[in-house]
Amino acid sequence: MEENNLKNACKALLIGGSAGSLQVLFSLFPAIRPDFTFAVIIVLHRRNSGDSALSELLSTKTLAHTLEAEDKDPILPGKFYLAPADYHLLIEKNETFSLDYSEKINFSRPSIDVTFESAAEIYGPSLVGMLLSGANEDGTRGLLTIKKMGGKTVVQNPETAQMPFMPQHAISNHAADYIHDIREMADFINNLR
Amino acid sequence: MIEDEDIAILLNDLFDIYGYDFTRYSKASLKRRIIRLCALDKIPSYAELRYKVRTDETYFKRFVEEITVNVTEMFRDPSFYKSLRDDILPVLGTKPFIRIWHAGCSTGEEVYSMAILLKEANLLRKSLLYATDLNPSVLEKVRKGIFPLNQMKQYSESYIASGGIHDFSMYYTANYGQAKFNRELAEKIIISTHNLVSDSSFNEFDLILCRNVLIYFDKELQDRVLKLFDESLGTLGYLALGTKETLKFSAVQSKFKQLNREKIWKKII
Ligand SMILES: C[S@@+](CC[C@H](N)C(=O)[O-])C[C@H]1O[C@@H](n2cnc3c(N)ncnc32)[C@H](O)[C@@H]1O
Repeated sequence: MEENNLKNACKALLIGGSAGSLQVLFSLFPAIRPDFTFAVIIVLHRRNSGDSALSELLSTKTLAHTLEAEDKDPILPGKFYLAPADYHLLIEKNETFSLDYSEKINFSRPSIDVTFESAAEIYGPSLVGMLLSGANEDGTRGLLTIKKMGGKTVVQNPETAQMPFMPQHAISNHAADYIHDIREMADFINNLR
Repeated sequence: MIEDEDIAILLNDLFDIYGYDFTRYSKASLKRRIIRLCALDKIPSYAELRYKVRTDETYFKRFVEEITVNVTEMFRDPSFYKSLRDDILPVLGTKPFIRIWHAGCSTGEEVYSMAILLKEANLLRKSLLYATDLNPSVLEKVRKGIFPLNQMKQYSESYIASGGIHDFSMYYTANYGQAKFNRELAEKIIISTHNLVSDSSFNEFDLILCRNVLIYFDKELQDRVLKLFDESLGTLGYLALGTKETLKFSAVQSKFKQLNREKIWKKII
């Protein structure tokens, strides 16, 4: 039993969001206890600006280390990583990041599906995927892959989302294990082991 | 699903039969590209893919084209090009002759952007731009200098943001949905295949650009390629990488100094 629990201990939490999800992160970040024991990897659709202002902005909302993922960086527990603008973010078997400048997917780069699918293959049941507000279909396929590989999925309650389309699309396609509002998402994360 | 061992076997085939070594490429990206190719070409099984690649040289070429990522743009990251304009070209301009290497240039949008910068700095006539890539097919496009017309609005905006002051459309002729860039820009471009994994240094350069290529390599191969660039740069030459690539933590780091916020390093020893 115990060994089983250890094996499936959460190693990474992925959060994907599009239009209307930045506000959610601004509420979520201060509510997450900064002593979390897994890596948090955030994939947001944003405009094509190469600036790293967003990670600086988010870092003011938490005591945990917040940084933009860099190519071939090791993925460490206790940190918030943000996917850089205009690259897809992939996960290697040795738990490092790789960046990829290939075609946009669902009109997006970074694409949430790409990172979720890549992480699902590496982390399997030790992975949790979360999908927030957005007006795009991105994320559903990724969540389904996470589920298939034994991980857990959480989707923002569309009624609480500024843009309900993306979370609703995931729910309609049976990609959500849990449907939570922001406070419940924070509780969920704080109880993850 | 494709297993890692399957990919390893295929990569060994490629090396044994064709001499192309992809074994130190980033696996996560390779795997995605292979799955994508199988879907595109409706290849039913991995065994089938392996058979086709092994026995059909034409298909092998397609395979290489499709697993490498050829996406590129003109004046991508305008602030980078602005720094070339303001900080690098004035220094290079003091030399009697300027040699520039675009390693992994893909279809050449970056090379033509550079030719435009040189032209505007009145340096094009004493410059040579070496455009190299692993894929012969993308180099064919560099030679033609023809890019999709529907991209020009965005390229023109990036050009202006990089400090360009002209009407961007003066650099090309529009025809049937294509923009053909002026011959004058292409005259100084030298095109050749070059594989960064296996080919060696072939000249001494004042500026090397290798952007968004190293992200496809693992750390060890990145290090090897950076050494190749070090060997190919003259003293006080410049090396430019993609916005998410770095010399930090590499073996040649101590020989270079980063200029500013852009990913441009100057060779100091
Ligand atoms: C994403 S494109 C980058 C194009 C351009 N430099 C830019 O930043 O927009 C990557 C290019 O690297 C080339 N490439 C990949 N492996 C290579 C190798 N071993 N040697 C030379 N070129 C390579 C690919 O064929 C592709 O054209």
